[in-house]
Amino acid sequence: MDRFGDRVLYGVCAFAALLGVTVLLLLGYQVFHGAAPAISKFGLGFLYKTSWQPNFHIFGAGSLLFGTAVTSFMALLLGAPIAVAIALFLSLLAPAGVRGMISPLVEMLAAIPSVILGFWGILILAPFVHEHLEPFLHETLGFIPLFGPPETTGASVFTAGLILTIMVIPIIASISRDLFLTVPREIQDAASALGATRWEVVRGVVLPSTASGVVAAMLLGLGRALGEAIAVTQVLGAGSEIHTSLFRTGDTLAARIAEQFTESLASPLYLGSLFYLGAILLVIGLIFNLGARWIGRRFDYQRKVA
Amino acid sequence: MTGAGVPDPTAPLTPSGNLRRRQIVSRLAETGATLAALLAVAVLVIVTYTVLVRGANALSLEFLVKGEPAGIGPAIVGTALVVALATVIAMPLGILIALYLTEFAGNRLAGSVRLTMDLMNGLPSIIVGLFIFGLLVYHHQDSVYAGSIALAIIMLPLIARGSQENLLLVPGSLREAADALGVSRWRTVLTVILPSALGGIVTATMLAVARAAGETAPLLILDSIVNNAKYSFNITEAAPNIPMTIYQLSEEANPEGFTRAWGAGFVLLAFIVLASLGARVLLARNRRKMAS
Repeated sequence: MDRFGDRVLYGVCAFAALLGVTVLLLLGYQVFHGAAPAISKFGLGFLYKTSWQPNFHIFGAGSLLFGTAVTSFMALLLGAPIAVAIALFLSLLAPAGVRGMISPLVEMLAAIPSVILGFWGILILAPFVHEHLEPFLHETLGFIPLFGPPETTGASVFTAGLILTIMVIPIIASISRDLFLTVPREIQDAASALGATRWEVVRGVVLPSTASGVVAAMLLGLGRALGEAIAVTQVLGAGSEIHTSLFRTGDTLAARIAEQFTESLASPLYLGSLFYLGAILLVIGLIFNLGARWIGRRFDYQRKVA
Repeated sequence: MTGAGVPDPTAPLTPSGNLRRRQIVSRLAETGATLAALLAVAVLVIVTYTVLVRGANALSLEFLVKGEPAGIGPAIVGTALVVALATVIAMPLGILIALYLTEFAGNRLAGSVRLTMDLMNGLPSIIVGLFIFGLLVYHHQDSVYAGSIALAIIMLPLIARGSQENLLLVPGSLREAADALGVSRWRTVLTVILPSALGGIVTATMLAVARAAGETAPLLILDSIVNNAKYSFNITEAAPNIPMTIYQLSEEANPEGFTRAWGAGFVLLAFIVLASLGARVLLARNRRKMAS
């Protein structure tokens, strides 16, 4: 009886684990299978062709890849320094009571559903950005092509980047905070005893010993920004051209799938093209996640040696 | 006669020159870090404040009970249905996977299962939607259960990881006591280990529910062709739900719709905040119990 029970429990647990692995493999297969019509028609040219004309059965992901890269990197560029600063504040500066209050709030920021953030983005953030921030940036930094003249509508790559920044910050901040807390107190005290100021302790001890982990956290944040569909769809004006200016419309891989999914059901090639976008997204996401794991593993290794 | 290099011993002890510069840099960095934290909190406050104030205008009993265009009753029921079903699928599987990782798996196998869970956690939710669409919906119709399975895939890694962390927290002495009494493995797991980790497992599940309740992208693909005016309890058909309601209303430029969307956002956000807070309280209580 007991031996039988052990076997059953083992069997059920192993089955669940196997099911998890199977689901992931099946997911990869299904996405590529769904993309098959588009892959056989367009091949790899799909990746750099920028024309997207469903009525003429012409599809290309070029402008979407561009839009995805611009919005995600903007989110990372703005979000990562802020997130690391928050993590430093929470792990090294804040008294325990303040940390206990602010940590959950930062995590709560990650819990806001993207559809609510996107809705807030259209009605509150976009008008503000359009009326105040964009004209200001254009006037002061307009000589850089990035900050071109604002368009008539509020939807812009810039607003989408800001929304993604808000989404990326809590992810990077909470992982980095946990990393900074693992830096041994003695090393920090040793640096202080040598006369280092607080900032020098951070720059000379805390950041170097956690750098790879922080980079891994940034990659995870970037993965989140790349795959966000809903909020980006809401604030980004579904443009199909490549612009140098951040203040014009654009579109991303994930957002295009969300916008046009219902219309695409009519044509297998159209649907296949959206699945093709999904496949690209899947591969990019996989690379970033594996990269984050690989870098994070190196971090573990260094910590053990030290 | 005093030499020029000897400092005046009566001067006050204030840093000067290089040290002063370093201290100013440090002070600036500290201020920057504090401001960054305040900025994050400010964004959170602004977003929740807007949703709460604008949403409160829409709230009324009628709003919570009736269907479109007066209210979002059917969407509330639909979200409850789709999330409940997803939890029923994901919770047992997540716990079993966590048990497999902590109790049974060798290093190699555990590594690959953990990798699977990490990758699943990093999947963009819209891709999960595409997957289930290809698997279950293509050539068929949108349905609640298809949406639930997609949400379950999103919840699974969260529950598995949270449960695993809590299973590892169960003191080894408990297990050894059971072993000493000659209790078999499966009885130890079911009567000793699982019950003492239960609080943590429930916490992880609540956080996963909070996450799933707000997911929109999979439902857009799997559970969106609906009649927002009618209650639907049939899981083989599509049912209205809150995230899709907000999404659809936000895409139409209709001020009345916006008010309804804020109201729906209020209901969704309130649920998510309560679930997260509840999970946090439970976690704190559980940690205390484990520590004592």
